[in-house]
Amino acid sequence: MAAIRISALKTAKAGEIIELKALIRHKMETGFRRGSRGEAIPRDIITHFVCLYNGEAVFEADFFPSVAANPFLIFYTRATESGTLEFRWTDQHGTVSSQTANISVES
Amino acid sequence: MRHFRWPLIGLLLGALSACGEEPASDSVRETGLAPDTIVSGYAFLTPETQSEQDDDFLNPANLWVDEGGKLFLSETGVSAACASCHGEGDMRLDGAATRYPTIDHASGELVNLEGRINLCRTRHQQADPLEYESEPLLSLTTYVASLSRGQAISTALSTDEQVFYEVGKTYFNTRRGQFNLSCRECHDLNWGKQLRGDTISQGHSNGFPAYRLEWQTLGSLHRRFRDCDAGIRAEPRTYGSADYLALELYLRVRAQGLPMETPAIRR
Repeated sequence: MAAIRISALKTAKAGEIIELKALIRHKMETGFRRGSRGEAIPRDIITHFVCLYNGEAVFEADFFPSVAANPFLIFYTRATESGTLEFRWTDQHGTVSSQTANISVES
Repeated sequence: MRHFRWPLIGLLLGALSACGEEPASDSVRETGLAPDTIVSGYAFLTPETQSEQDDDFLNPANLWVDEGGKLFLSETGVSAACASCHGEGDMRLDGAATRYPTIDHASGELVNLEGRINLCRTRHQQADPLEYESEPLLSLTTYVASLSRGQAISTALSTDEQVFYEVGKTYFNTRRGQFNLSCRECHDLNWGKQLRGDTISQGHSNGFPAYRLEWQTLGSLHRRFRDCDAGIRAEPRTYGSADYLALELYLRVRAQGLPMETPAIRR
């Protein structure tokens, strides 16, 4: 499991727009570089990110080789109901890294 | 002028030492940088990178601090965790990193933080030393160094350390490599000027281990030294080599009390 840092409010008011931050440790090797002996370094990147709010996708992103190492995302969603936010990254091999945060929404 | 407070010791040492060496003290030492011009590598970053370093969430080096903190708390397999000794009381490590490199009294050798962590592992934890620049050692070093964040780097120099200090100072000031440059040419004499697209910094060590944008990852001070040596087309020394340890000691004193910034971001 990759190292992950998530920033999300624990409580929010219903209808409030909340900021979510997600940082994951990943080398995001482009596949375009060569090693010291001239051999190609194979591509190794995260290809997809999704944030699920009680199971529903509220933010998705596709990643490509030009995304920097340790990709960092800030995005926003509207707080509607209490529950969980799941942050899920999928790499090119299909390996999933995820972390969840609980949010309680007051009306 | 610290040694004026100790006139007798000063006189004694002056009498004992034929070549007139300075007595060991934590006074500000003569280096190639005027004390009132000393600035951290932070000052040479763009405002965007500065704010990235300042933001505890955004700073990617904190991924290593997190990891190091976990390792610090976890048992090493056969023995206790680092935290079982260093978790509380006198053995806490707040401020410890400001004093490294320093002499390991048991062996008389100069050790840096990486070396001390490995000595702790072999002497007290019955664990194997970690490979230099390996992820666990980087994480632990970064975590321990981050406990001293904001504290001034120590300029204290014991008489034992003095020998290593001179070796480091010589390394810093010796021209080498195909470009025939010493550290001094860039970091004492030409800092603040442009080297192609980059501004030359003063070459302080106060942010290391640091997340370097060029590396797209976190690395040790010795990795930075190796890059500098390769950049001037000199042969890089090995990780943890005697020259680099001595250079690290020289830089500690040369920083003249700059605050520790680990985990810092550098270009």
